[in-house]
Amino acid sequence: MSVLNAALVGNPNCGKTALFNLLTGSRQKVANYAGVTVERKVGRLTTPNGLAVRLLDLPGAYSLVATSPDEAVTRDVCAGTYRGEPAPELLVCVVDATNLRLHLRFALEVRQMGRPMILVLNMIDAAKRQGIAIDVPRLSAEFGAPVVTAVGIRRDGGQQLLQALDLPPPPPPAALPPGSDFHAEARRILADCVTRPSRLGLALEERLDRWFLHPVWGMVILFALMFVMFQAVFSWAQPVMDLLDAGTAALGQAVGAVLPDGALRSLIVDGVIAGAGSVVVFLPQILILFLWILALEESGYLPRAAFLLDRIMATAGLSGRSFIPLLSSFACAVPGIMATRTIQNPRDRMITILIAPLMTCSARLPVYTLLIAAFVPERRVAGLFNLHGLVLFALYMAGILSALVVARVLKNRDRQEEHPLLLELPAYRLPNPRDLALGLKQRAVIFLSRVGSIIVTVSVLLWALASFPAPPAGAVGPAIEWSLAGRIGHWMLYVMAPIGFNWQICVSLIPGLAAREVAVSALATVYSLGAADSDAASQLLPLLSAHWSLGTALSLLTWYIFAPQCFSTLAVIRRETGSWRMVGITAGYLFAMAYGAAFITWHISLLLGWGGSP
Amino acid sequence: MRLNELKLGGSAIIDHVEDHTAGDPVAERLRALGFVPGEPIRIVAVGPIGADPIAVGIGFTRFALRRAEAARVLLRDAA
Repeated sequence: MSVLNAALVGNPNCGKTALFNLLTGSRQKVANYAGVTVERKVGRLTTPNGLAVRLLDLPGAYSLVATSPDEAVTRDVCAGTYRGEPAPELLVCVVDATNLRLHLRFALEVRQMGRPMILVLNMIDAAKRQGIAIDVPRLSAEFGAPVVTAVGIRRDGGQQLLQALDLPPPPPPAALPPGSDFHAEARRILADCVTRPSRLGLALEERLDRWFLHPVWGMVILFALMFVMFQAVFSWAQPVMDLLDAGTAALGQAVGAVLPDGALRSLIVDGVIAGAGSVVVFLPQILILFLWILALEESGYLPRAAFLLDRIMATAGLSGRSFIPLLSSFACAVPGIMATRTIQNPRDRMITILIAPLMTCSARLPVYTLLIAAFVPERRVAGLFNLHGLVLFALYMAGILSALVVARVLKNRDRQEEHPLLLELPAYRLPNPRDLALGLKQRAVIFLSRVGSIIVTVSVLLWALASFPAPPAGAVGPAIEWSLAGRIGHWMLYVMAPIGFNWQICVSLIPGLAAREVAVSALATVYSLGAADSDAASQLLPLLSAHWSLGTALSLLTWYIFAPQCFSTLAVIRRETGSWRMVGITAGYLFAMAYGAAFITWHISLLLGWGGSP
Repeated sequence: MRLNELKLGGSAIIDHVEDHTAGDPVAERLRALGFVPGEPIRIVAVGPIGADPIAVGIGFTRFALRRAEAARVLLRDAA
């Protein structure tokens, strides 16, 4: 059966992604374009008449005269010159019906490609509410291509487009002579086909921006939003986490009771269940964090935050544009580093990539949460804030401040060079639950498949390293001391003892290279194998508070602010910059900072008398 | 008068956007975004520190830009 290759193209903020989600639902594949880290989203759909369509969601672009890798991909795919990507047989050009002046200009630019196209007037409901009347048949005649209306956020909002896809593809529209003024043409078409009330329907934006962009209140709101976000991560997730925790412990016990005593039981209970379970517990926190970031992104607030913070970022030699990739890095540095492609200035982009790993990613959350719960008393501060949440906030702030310092230090030469901001402040939108749910689902799947693949594999490997060789007959002390992992841990002590780490931490840092959160499951494995009682994984928390000094815990927390060990981050830096030197610089400076800061923390703790056994 | 000299709440008509360097990409982008002759523009907000960057309303869109970028935009009929 034949499949129609179509591509969605449009300005950023034209509601293209919501429309894409509406049309393809969960039949999406998210990957990267070959050779670059621009996200490539493909979905499948079937029209009412049974035509199969493969729909490509191209990155949003303001112009085909590209100024970023994103826009270059859109340009080349539209032109049919992108290697490994079939030339689209149909371009579905999406424009925001409330912002035709800007979006129609881009549609005209797309029309120059000379491919069959359909023009979609998205958010037609909002346009009607603002009193904008569009003569659709006339617009279609003037533009020279079929025009349909759509509402990306309504369940049946894509019907007209689906019906249009069923018709035979329209002939390629006529292009303007080269060198024509697209703005003038857009204005001419709009004057012919669109009537709008004299007073612009921007009253809501005006009122909201008066608060959100206010020099004082805007900053207060921004700070409050960030603060509530981190409090929410800590307190809302707790009940679900307790449930998951109890669930894995029960599973471990149930399985342990069935299996005969021996290596297999130890592998399953201590390796797989303890390893995977200790990380799955953090799924609720990670989802809450992603929910906030997705909601902020969808609502149109993030560019406002970039506006407010531009000057602060400028003191570090960056622009407000760097704020959005850096905020994404709180979820994970990998998408954060990928998001830097919207920064046009190459030097700004490099610095943003370098400091992105300093934003506390969600994989560090398990480590923080565990250590905070084990060593910080549960208390209310000022009757309002949770002390755990406050410590977590402080750790995040430490990462941010050190990022600013690092950026500042890197900002040595070429001070005259310009760091453009030039950012659209899109209309405010209520985040659409379906789009949020889809985004969260994708995140949950990625996280769980990481648990399934990397984390379980690494846990099992570590279990093997920690179980073999078995201690010689008549040996004293826990078996793990005799194992390969135990020996490696002891060797590493030569380097790590000066910062207060014990050999168990050293062992857990190695698998943490694959994914930072694995350090927690590794600790669980190391301690559960070292303990007599096989159900120790569920008791990791009391075990840590019993075995570690406060100084050791603080030192490890400080280490994790910088945490140089994450292969995925280093790999994406290599891919994104094409330079091993950048990878070396990143790993090197992060390690130096982690070691230095942990060294200072440990020695201050020793002076304060926090270094002894509890 | 240039856009970077316009006060908060002020409005004007764009005269033209000038290149600061040969083939200035910022100027090029400004023109693509609708900073074209005859277009009305107004300042809707200014940044919290040093009143930089500025947020402008043009057409049906708002943009944030630094004063250094705004200096490329020449205005007439300021009010």
